Amino acid sequence: MSEPLLSIKGVSAFYGSIAALKGIDVEVMPGEIVTIIGANGAGKSTLMMTICGNPQAREGSIVFEGRDITQLPTHEIMRMKIAQSPEGRRIFPRMTVYENLQMGAATAEGGDFRSELARVYSLFPILEKRSSQRGGTLSGGEQQMLAIGRALMSRPRLLLLDEPSLGLAPLIVRQIFSAIRDLNQREKLTIFLVEQNAFHALKLAHRGYVMVNGRIALQGTGRELLERPEVRSAYLEGGR
Amino acid sequence: MEYFLQQSINGLALGSIYGLVAIGYTMVYGIIGMINFAHGDIFMVGTFIALIAFLILVAIGITAIPLALFLMLLIAMLLTSLYGWAVERIAYRPLRGSFRLAPLISAIGMSIVLQNYVQLAQGARVKTLQPLITGTHTVLDLGNRFVVQVSNIQILIVLTTLALMTGFTWIISSTSLGRDMRACEQDLKMAALLGVDTNRTISLTFLIGAALASVAGMMYLLYYGVIDFHIGFVAGVKAFTAAVLGGIGSLPGAMLGGLLIGLIETYWSAYFSVQYKDVAAFSILIVVLIFMPTGILGRPEVEKV
Ligand SMILES: Nc1ncnc2c1ncn2[C@@H]1O[C@H](COP(=O)(O)OP(=O)(O)OP(=O)(O)O)[C@@H](O)[C@H]1O
Ligand SMILES: [Mg+2]
Repeated sequence: MSEPLLSIKGVSAFYGSIAALKGIDVEVMPGEIVTIIGANGAGKSTLMMTICGNPQAREGSIVFEGRDITQLPTHEIMRMKIAQSPEGRRIFPRMTVYENLQMGAATAEGGDFRSELARVYSLFPILEKRSSQRGGTLSGGEQQMLAIGRALMSRPRLLLLDEPSLGLAPLIVRQIFSAIRDLNQREKLTIFLVEQNAFHALKLAHRGYVMVNGRIALQGTGRELLERPEVRSAYLEGGR
Repeated sequence: MEYFLQQSINGLALGSIYGLVAIGYTMVYGIIGMINFAHGDIFMVGTFIALIAFLILVAIGITAIPLALFLMLLIAMLLTSLYGWAVERIAYRPLRGSFRLAPLISAIGMSIVLQNYVQLAQGARVKTLQPLITGTHTVLDLGNRFVVQVSNIQILIVLTTLALMTGFTWIISSTSLGRDMRACEQDLKMAALLGVDTNRTISLTFLIGAALASVAGMMYLLYYGVIDFHIGFVAGVKAFTAAVLGGIGSLPGAMLGGLLIGLIETYWSAYFSVQYKDVAAFSILIVVLIFMPTGILGRPEVEKV
């Protein structure tokens, strides 16, 4: 067995005095797609942000590539080649698409900006067409592609994606999911994915976790979880 | 007509000084959403450092005016920016993430601290500096009562401001530091998620704002020749008004607002009343806040995605 790329053990995180994560254990192996599904408010986005140190875990440990990052400030964690496309996309609205991508490369010391840019443009060709347009004026789908593209610019070893399909038309959703699969299969990129769209996510992922009220309630391979009756009834209504 | 032209020249010089100070207000507001009330006092500290630097330079025998001015500028920028940096570290950073009014109150406290500090260290009486840059040029002479003149110091002020603004605009638009600053201004949390050390970027913002204010302070000293520990308050309010008038958060707006406030104040003094010249700026602040709260080049706060 190889070492996990990311290992989260007993992590609790709080907003003020309210616990949003209550003893989370999650592991992500190199080359995997791992997904977290769960109802609104379960704490999925909080887990993504806690990995990035905002909010910091109050209990437990987060180890990335063998190094304990629990207490590091956000920017140092991100410089260890973790990238996140966060909930709500958070495109810089008054920067151009190109500048947004430049921001994504902020931690790519010595990396080749041109070749990363070409890679992102070939993954999402629309971004090249929009390169001098301001981020705030992009459509939702374009913004999502930009958020993922921006995260890729730093050549991360772990990509965190928080609800990349939220509010997008089925065609765009398919495009984004196929991009995720490509990144994982062709470039061996490890991906940690939060999704509302549980059916798509579990089909795509190697393994998944179900989160309920700040705790991990179930875990298994994507296929196993898809077949669990409690998952089907709670997250896959209508047996989709 | 000649009188009006002459006042316009005077107003532009004054407005340049306000504009440089206004940039500090607008940058800090843009990046952490607070009004740095101590910024006017940073400007005041800049005037004192420039004066002290000059006296020391003379004492050690450096009296060639261009060299002395250049060294004064360097020293003033360096030391004043340290003050600006320290104010943020001491008074604002510990309060980041607490309720919105906390840093504002802290800023007012910092302003009082700086004034009292300079008053104690330098005394309450006004300090003067003899004119170092003399000479005027006649721009227009129609042979009647009035000639329109522009002095060398006015030319220096406007040229320096232009050069600084050009350099500064380039930093903001084309360097990675400028991009980081804009990223922090637009979404601090996301900037951190991209590996930007946001505390460092905020520190640099204070540093640059204070450096610009110190240049303004040095030019104020050279232009008026009279300073005291209290000048930061009125200058600060006017520069703040300039920032609001131009649209708080907008850099070109701060410069434009500065020039407008300088011109309005000068016209007001020339055509109405010198005694009430400060009232002009304050009235504008009130009118702007009521009728165009986002200023001339400001944007309404709706563009958030
Ligand atoms: N900044 C915050 N301050 C206070 N409470 C917060 C904050 N962010 C999230 N919470 C709370 O923490 C809990 C977990 O929120 P989180 O955003 O992690 O849920 P989620 O699983 O991502 O939900 P969704 O599917 O709706 O995105 C919720 O109860 C939420 O109200
Ligand atoms: Mg969420």
